[in-house]
Amino acid sequence: MKVCRRSFLSLIIGGAAGVALSPLPLKLTDDSSIWTQMWPWTPVPEDGEVSHVDSICTLCPGGCGITVRKVATMSGDRAIKIEGMKGHPVNDGGICVLGLSGLQLLYSPTRVKTPLKRAGARGEGRWEEISWDEAIAEVVKKLEGLREKGKSHTVACISGTDSGTTAHLLGRFLTVYGSPNFIRIPSIQDSYELTMRLMQGVQASAGFDVENADFVLSFGSGLIEGWGSPVRMIKANSTWKDRGKVVQIEPRLSNTAAKSDKWIAINPGTETVLALSIAHVIIQKSLYSADFVNNYSSGFKEFKQIVLDEFSPDDVSEITGVSASTIESLAKSFAGASKPLAVCGRGQGETPGSLNEFMAVHALNALVGNINKTGGVWAVPDPDYIKWPEVEMDRTAANGMRKARIDGAGSKRYPDVRYLLDRLPDAINSGKEYPVEALFVAGANPVYTIPDSNAVKEAFNRVPFVVSFSSYMDETAANADLILPNHVFLERYEDVPAPVGLQKPIIGLSKPVVKPQFNTKHVGDAILLMAKSFGGMIADAFPWDSYEACLKETLGNKWDSLINDGFWFDSNFRPADWKSAFNTPSGKFEFVNKGLAELVKIEGDEQSYPLILIPYDSMRLASGFIGNPPFAIKTVEDTVLKGNDIVVEVNPRSARGFREGDHGILSTPKGSVKVRVHHFDGIMPGLVALPRGLGHTAYDEYLAGKGVNFNELIGPVEDPVSGLNAAWGIRAKLTRA
Amino acid sequence: MKEQHKHTKAKKYGMVIDLDKCTGCGACMAACMAENNVSFKKDESDKLLSITWMRVYKLTNGKKFPEADICYLPRPCMHCEGDHGHAPCVSVCPATATDYSHETGIVSQIYTRCFGCRYCMAACPYHARYFNWWDPVWPDGMEKYLSPNVSPRMRGVVEKCSFCFHRYQLAMDKAYIEGRRELEEDEYQTSCTQACPADAIIFGDLNNPGHAVTQIAKPDHKHGGRPMNPNAFRLLERLGTNPKVYYLSSRRWVRRAGDNYIKDERG
Repeated sequence: MKVCRRSFLSLIIGGAAGVALSPLPLKLTDDSSIWTQMWPWTPVPEDGEVSHVDSICTLCPGGCGITVRKVATMSGDRAIKIEGMKGHPVNDGGICVLGLSGLQLLYSPTRVKTPLKRAGARGEGRWEEISWDEAIAEVVKKLEGLREKGKSHTVACISGTDSGTTAHLLGRFLTVYGSPNFIRIPSIQDSYELTMRLMQGVQASAGFDVENADFVLSFGSGLIEGWGSPVRMIKANSTWKDRGKVVQIEPRLSNTAAKSDKWIAINPGTETVLALSIAHVIIQKSLYSADFVNNYSSGFKEFKQIVLDEFSPDDVSEITGVSASTIESLAKSFAGASKPLAVCGRGQGETPGSLNEFMAVHALNALVGNINKTGGVWAVPDPDYIKWPEVEMDRTAANGMRKARIDGAGSKRYPDVRYLLDRLPDAINSGKEYPVEALFVAGANPVYTIPDSNAVKEAFNRVPFVVSFSSYMDETAANADLILPNHVFLERYEDVPAPVGLQKPIIGLSKPVVKPQFNTKHVGDAILLMAKSFGGMIADAFPWDSYEACLKETLGNKWDSLINDGFWFDSNFRPADWKSAFNTPSGKFEFVNKGLAELVKIEGDEQSYPLILIPYDSMRLASGFIGNPPFAIKTVEDTVLKGNDIVVEVNPRSARGFREGDHGILSTPKGSVKVRVHHFDGIMPGLVALPRGLGHTAYDEYLAGKGVNFNELIGPVEDPVSGLNAAWGIRAKLTRA
Repeated sequence: MKEQHKHTKAKKYGMVIDLDKCTGCGACMAACMAENNVSFKKDESDKLLSITWMRVYKLTNGKKFPEADICYLPRPCMHCEGDHGHAPCVSVCPATATDYSHETGIVSQIYTRCFGCRYCMAACPYHARYFNWWDPVWPDGMEKYLSPNVSPRMRGVVEKCSFCFHRYQLAMDKAYIEGRRELEEDEYQTSCTQACPADAIIFGDLNNPGHAVTQIAKPDHKHGGRPMNPNAFRLLERLGTNPKVYYLSSRRWVRRAGDNYIKDERG
C-alpha cells in the first residue's frame, strides 16, 4: 500500500481524535495529579530533642519576654516557635503577631548573609561580597580620611535607640571620633521626655501605671494598637474591662475606640484645645487636687487665667466638634475617678507630635494630682547601669564635638530637645549647615520610616558614604554603600532596658537561641574592631575584647540574674514623692503657658485638597524598622490590602461616587498613589485613612510592592516649640484613576 | 471504639472567646500558623484561598457615623458535636479522613486519608476548612522553623484547626510517663489560647464543671450544649451543630451577628 499525504494525515488526525475521545487523556491527567502528589515536595521537618530558651524580643521597643522552642537535630539546632514568656513583668505569656513571626525573620531569605560592598549604582542591587576585615578596613579608611581633613563632625549615626550597651558603644565611638551627630529615631518618647523636662525639670521617660489606673482618657493613642509596650497595654485593657473605664478621643473608630467605653469623635488636630477645655471645667468647678496644685505646682494662676478665659466648652465645641455637655461630663468623670490617667501620642506613637498637646494633656494629669502616684504618670529615671569611664578625646575629637549638631537639636532654637531626625533630610538637602560625609544606620530603617520619602531619598543620595548595620536587605541597606550585617536578635546577646511606657525599671537580656546562621557580626563587635583598627585614644576608649565581655562587665552583679531569669526587675520601685520630684527652677511642677493654644498647621490648601488624609496603625502591621514577615501580612484584612493595592477608608458620605472597591488616585502636596476605596462608617466624613506599615520596596516578594508607604504622602511639620515632627495628617484629594 | 477509651474520663475540649476583650490584634492567627506549619503564599489577600485555621473576622453594626461600631470575632474550627455525636463534616466524608473523637471531643483531620473531594468544606457552615490548591512552598531556608510535631500538608487535601491536638498527645505522653492518666488543666492549651495577649481565649474541658470554660459558658448539656450565660452565644446556634466554641459579648448587636436573624425578630 502506498502511503500518500492524504492517508498519512487521516491516520494522524483520526488517531488523535480517537485518543481524545477515549478515557486516556482523563486517565493520564488523573494519574499524573495523583502521582505528582506522592513526590516529596512537602518538607518533612527533622525531629530531635526539644529545649527552650528564654530571651527578649527586640523587634519593637516593647521589651517582651519570649520563650523560644527549639529542636536539636542531626543538622544543627533549629528554632521552631516563639512564645511569650510566662511570668515576665511586661507581657506575662502574651505575645503579638510580629513577635510570633520572629523565626520568619531569622530564617528569612532577605537576610544579608555576609558583608556587602556596593558594586553598581546606589540602590541598583548589585553587590560584591567582602570579608569582615575588608569591610572594617573600608570604613576605617573613610573615617580616617575625614578626620585628617578636620571633618569628623560630618559623620552622623542614626540609631533605633539610645539606651543599652550597643547604642552606648555607637555613641561613644562617635564621641571619641569627634562627631556630635548621634541621632535617635523619633517617637512620642521625645515629646514625653521634653514634657518631663519642661514641666517637672527631670530627664526621665514617662511611665504609665496603667495596671492601676481606673479611668483612662486617651487623646488618640492606639492603646491596643501598639502604643507603649503593645502586649502590656492589651493586657491592661483586659483588666479595664472589669474595673475601669476608657474614653477614646479620635476622629476614626480605631480598634481602641471600638473597645473603649466611650468613643468621642473629634475634629483631627484639635485635641490640645479639648484637653484645655477639660482643664477649664475641672478648674472652674474646683474639681482639681487642691493639695497638689496649691503646694507642689507653680504657674497655676496664669494657667488658670488662660484656660478660663479662652477655653470654655462653648467656645471649644465648635472647633473640636465635641459638644459642650460632653466636655463637661468628660471633665467631671475624669476628675471624679479615683485613679484617672490622661495619655496622648497618636496611634503607635511613632510621630512625636505637638508639644503643646503633650503639655496640655500632662497638665490634666497634674490637675488631678496623679503625677508619680499609683495609677498615674511616673517619671522613670533613665537606666544608669552603664558606668564606663569618661572618654578622653584628642584635639580632633574635641574640635569635632564642639561643632553644632546637624539636626539643630540642643541649639539656641531648640535648646531642650536631644534629637531631631526629621529635620535631617532638609538640613542635608538645603545645605544650610555642613554636608554629611558619612552616615551610619543601626537598628533603624530611616529611608522607609521618615516622612517625605522623596526628600529622604534625595538626602541619602547626597551623603557620599552610607553604612548600614541591618540584618535584612531593607530600604536603607539597599541604598547603602556598605552593609555590615548584624546578628538577628535570636543570635545575639543584647541588653534591653526600659521598655517604652513601663513605670518600673527593668533590664531584659536577649540571648543567642541558635548559632549565627550567616557570616554576620554583632554591631558592638564591629564597633570594637573599628576602634581597635584606629588605635590611639579611640582604641583606648574601648578596653573590651568583645561585645560579650563588655556586656558582662557592664551588667556586673546583674549578669547572673539576667542569665537565669532573662530579666532584672526593680519591682519595688517607687517614683519620687512630690516634695522631691520636681527639679524645675521653682522646685515645683510647672504649668507651662507659652502659646498653649497654638495648633499644628496642616499642609496643603483646602481648595485643591478637600479631604484630610490621616494614617492609622494596627497590631497586624509593624510600621517601624522591621519589615512585616509573611505571617503578619497574611493576617491583614482585604479591606486594608487587596492584591498589591492599598485600600483607604472613607466615610460613604464623602465617597463622592466612589463605590466599594473602586480604584482611585489619592494625592497630597507630597505625592500621589493608586488606591482602592473602602467605605467605612467609623471614619469622620471628610477624612481618608491609610494604613501604615505597607509599601515596602525592599525585602522579598512577600512584602515588597504591597501597598503604599504613608511616608510618601506626608512631610514633617515642625512643632514651633520643640522642632519635633508634629504632623498628624495632610490635605488630600481622591480622583478617578 | 468508645469502650476502649473508658480508662480515662471522656473530655469535651472547648473554648470560650471573650469578644469584649478581643482586640483583633491577630496574635491568635499568627500563633496558629507558627504552631501548625500553616503555609503562606505571595498574595494572601484573596481570603477564599488563604489558609487560616484561626481567622479573625471583623463585624460591623451597620450604623452610620458616629454610631458605627466594630467587633472582632476569632473563628477556629468549632469542633461541632451535633445532636447525634458528630459534626456535619464528619457525616459527609467518604474517606473517614475526619472523625469525631469521643475521648476528647476534637474533630480530627487525617491528611493522608483525605483525597480532596471537599464535601466537608461544603458541609461546614463556618468556613473553617481549607483546601490546598497548591503544594506549600517555603522560601529558601525558612523550612528550618517548621515544627516536627505537625506534618506540612500536600496539595489536594483539606486542612483545618485541630485544637492543637499534637499538644494533647504530647501532654498525655508526659502524663503517662509520670504515671498519671489525667491531665492538669493547664497542661494542654492551644497555641492561640497561650499567645492571646488580651487573655480573651479560655480553653478547657467542658465536661469539667470546675473549669472556667464551663463556669463561664454554662453549657446546658441537656439542650445541645446551649449556653446559659446570657452574654454567651455560639455561631449559628439554630443549625443544631452544637459547636464547642462559645463567644461572650456584652453587646447585643454582636450576639445577634452570631446567627441569622430576621429583621425585627427577638433574640
